[in-house]
Amino acid sequence: MILSLSKDTIKISQEQDVVFLKNRVKETAVKIKMGLVNQTRIITAASELVRNMMRYANGGNCVIEVVSSGRVNGVRLTFTDKGPGIPDIAAAMRDGFSTGRSLGLGLPGTKRLVNEFDIKSKVGEGTTVTIVKWANG
Amino acid sequence: MDKIPILRMGSFLLVTIQVDLYDRLALNLEADLVQMVQKTNARGVLIDISAVSIVDSFMGRIIGNIASMSKILDAETVVVGMQPAVAITLIELGLPLKGVHTALNMEKGMDLLKSMIDTPEEEANDQPLDDFVAE
Amino acid sequence: MSFNTSQLLQKKKKYILELWMKNQLADEGLREDLISNEELRSQSEELINSLVGNLSSENVADINSDEWNPVIEILGGIAITRARQGFSPRETGSFVFSLKDALIQVLQEENKNDAKVLFAESLKISRIMDNLSIVTFETFIKGREEVILRQTDEIAEISTPVIRVWDGILALPIIGTLDSARTQIVMENLLQEIVETGSSIAILDISGVPAVDSLVAQHLIKTVSATRLMGAECIISGIRPEIAQTVVHLGIDLSNIITKSTLASALAYAFKAMKLEVRKTSTVLKSNF
Repeated sequence: MILSLSKDTIKISQEQDVVFLKNRVKETAVKIKMGLVNQTRIITAASELVRNMMRYANGGNCVIEVVSSGRVNGVRLTFTDKGPGIPDIAAAMRDGFSTGRSLGLGLPGTKRLVNEFDIKSKVGEGTTVTIVKWANG
Repeated sequence: MDKIPILRMGSFLLVTIQVDLYDRLALNLEADLVQMVQKTNARGVLIDISAVSIVDSFMGRIIGNIASMSKILDAETVVVGMQPAVAITLIELGLPLKGVHTALNMEKGMDLLKSMIDTPEEEANDQPLDDFVAE
Repeated sequence: MSFNTSQLLQKKKKYILELWMKNQLADEGLREDLISNEELRSQSEELINSLVGNLSSENVADINSDEWNPVIEILGGIAITRARQGFSPRETGSFVFSLKDALIQVLQEENKNDAKVLFAESLKISRIMDNLSIVTFETFIKGREEVILRQTDEIAEISTPVIRVWDGILALPIIGTLDSARTQIVMENLLQEIVETGSSIAILDISGVPAVDSLVAQHLIKTVSATRLMGAECIISGIRPEIAQTVVHLGIDLSNIITKSTLASALAYAFKAMKLEVRKTSTVLKSNF
């Protein structure tokens, strides 16, 4: 069971918001005493996801939460956009797949950096990606 | 608009990235650096990223691009001072930066560049060590 | 539970405590080395007070009722402390079971003439005490698990020393199974040490790793790749023949990694790479004597 301890919503619409978001994620990670390497992983993951959101949906919202599973605390990030959605999630999760002009590492790479990864998408309605990184995971 | 300074030292160009890169800054650096390589006829590019705490796939791609573009202009690129956390994250992300030479610090990077340029017929190797072993 | 029994137990609280203490002290599982008699008595008294105080005819059948929470809390606290102090499950269990004996004995003495009531009331007391025993065991096991988890963390922290074998050469002997969590720590320690010492070669010795499967191989490859990204080289040494066999049978590609069968040959390779030479001197060194 995962409990949410604090919640903070950030609106992403331009490039400056990305820097702000990364700083907030870092603050949150430091607050729960996450190690440096895990901090780097979650910030990098956030950076990947927020870039997707900017590129494909012109922005969206990110919710930063401190969560607890009882024994350990973690950071949960939820990215929600109202973009075109992803028609084939299975394909998007494969290494090397990209519809834009990128390396196609975004989603599968991000998944490798975090402990929990969940993606929901509806074509024409938008995409929601939720990731969790535990302080010691 | 922020700019990352590019210093010239002999036939090498030195770049020290002191701030966390955002997309536009990184793209500008790519363009400026390639311009400078051509203008100064540089033989080597040394990029110090010891102060950079986050490198995501976009930044990784820019670094790879700089290396490939410089290579076409006959200059080698060495990335120095990557933080352990950044290295681990890049590997997990699936971005081993193939074709980019790396060194622990400025001094070692400079040595590596010199050794590569003194033996121009040598093929570009992924690992600095191969240079030692080759002889 | 009839009104009578609830009141009876309330009235006989002191007597029950005496009976219970007698039971506990007579038990051969008594651990006077771990807990003093005074402490045991105060623990017991606290539990009885709470138990008798919260017992009513309504909640006797329902352990989930809120009125039981204080009792469960006290019992949980006792069980956790005992798990940490090293009591065995039997010793912890008999703490609750001996209370059940005492309670039933009191019921027996009071209802000598009415077998029917005695039976019904004993059954209820039995049931509630069984439930409390289960709670005790659950908490006890949770306490033990916490101890294990803490020890695992400690082992992971201490079992990865990075050794400076030469100026610019690090060695890291890995002993025991390599899982994801362990690789994480090994990798972080190694990379951090590379930065701090400015070493250009690291040797990862896996002589002490019992088996290498594809997951372990993946972890090793990851560590080597990360080391290279930082501008250093990582050699894997201590590969036993059976490990070489499994690696090939599993179809794992280690061709991009420098591997050596012994730490000595890895060191020799490192020396060569750093243009160092180790040789016998022609003149014998004279000692001071």
